[in-house]
Amino acid sequence: MHLSVLDYLSLLQGAVSTVSLSLSGIALGVPLGLLLALVRWSRVPLLSPAVAGYVRIMRATPAVTLALLIFFALPNIGFEIDPVPTAILALTLNTAAFNCEIWRAALLDFPRDQLEASASFGMGARLRFRRIVLPQIARTCLPALVNEMSLLIKASPAVAVVGIVDITRAAVRIGAQTYRPLPPLLVALVLYGIIVAAFVFAQRSVERRRMAAATS
Amino acid sequence: MIKDFVIVWEHRDQMLNGLMNTLWLSLCSAVLAFALGALLTTALTSRARPVAALARSFVDTMRCLPFLLFAYLVYYGLPSFGIRFSNWGAGLIALTLYNTAYMAELLRAAWAGLSPELIEAGHAFGFFGLNLFRRIVLPPVILAAVPMIGNQMIQIIKDSAFLSIIAVPELTHEASSIQATYFVPFAAFVAAVLLYWVLCLIVEAAVAGVGQMAEARR
Repeated sequence: MHLSVLDYLSLLQGAVSTVSLSLSGIALGVPLGLLLALVRWSRVPLLSPAVAGYVRIMRATPAVTLALLIFFALPNIGFEIDPVPTAILALTLNTAAFNCEIWRAALLDFPRDQLEASASFGMGARLRFRRIVLPQIARTCLPALVNEMSLLIKASPAVAVVGIVDITRAAVRIGAQTYRPLPPLLVALVLYGIIVAAFVFAQRSVERRRMAAATS
Repeated sequence: MIKDFVIVWEHRDQMLNGLMNTLWLSLCSAVLAFALGALLTTALTSRARPVAALARSFVDTMRCLPFLLFAYLVYYGLPSFGIRFSNWGAGLIALTLYNTAYMAELLRAAWAGLSPELIEAGHAFGFFGLNLFRRIVLPPVILAAVPMIGNQMIQIIKDSAFLSIIAVPELTHEASSIQATYFVPFAAFVAAVLLYWVLCLIVEAAVAGVGQMAEARR
């Protein structure tokens, strides 16, 4: 493939930043999405319409534009921000909006009788959410959440515009240095394939374990 | 801050130019991707194993590949084979081919939801081959797929922002250039985000309109 060991290493380094930034985005974006969904579900005055507006605008905002907005506009209004926090913030804000819709759909579908039954057993709202609602909606949301995670990984090259060297950027750099753009891009393609496949595989094994636990 | 927005307003020509380019790119590639995707769907569901396998591997590759990487493959990679495009051409081709895979997959899903009775009824009325496809299969498939096609349109509009990286003068690129010249990042990018939002509202309105039309004709 005409790639030196050093080239492979820098592609791997790119893979490390792609994976760690995406995982940070997921780790922050999934609970944040749940929080936003709860705000809408419990119809908190003022906050609920604000969340609805946020989700609608985010759904339409390209990750590239969002990253540029955060990176250049926050210092403009007095907050200095580095590329890595910018990347995490952009990915989190982006994925949280989609995760909010996923969680909200599951919350809206949640059977009322279970809520009433748990209330009649004297469970408070928090306990009820933690012990009754969350375990069930987490299960129903998992496939959609994993799907959104793979969308997040596909949006992650956007963070290159603020100067982060992820897989895609590393590949383009190597191509520019060696005047052979194709080999590094193809290696990048394989790396993304592996990452997305790993997510799908993890989801399947979690589901399989759940199925096994449910039947035994 | 208000002064910054005034600067962006003064350069509304440039922003509108970017908006038009985004709109044009997204619309062209959506139409082309839909047409090619419909063709690819027939390959995906083909009885000839090798054809179906080839189509499936294309779709699966595209579905785990970020759009930017594919755009780079077209823009930087294809010249290795002597195929060279301008940044516009590369952008349009990348956006089209990438979304062809997604369109094919969602059309396949809509097709799979079609009841076999409908096709049998079509056969009974003497519809076969292309006529069956055009008059019996395609209309319900498209109507069922419209909301997903709308979502994909929004995805296309968002993906087109990546093309700013290969210097296609679309909306994000123009906002970037205004902000670089006058240092008005907040105003420029907020204006861009709002314009993207307007585009998505139009798509959503179109999807709702088609849905109503379909409901009225049922």
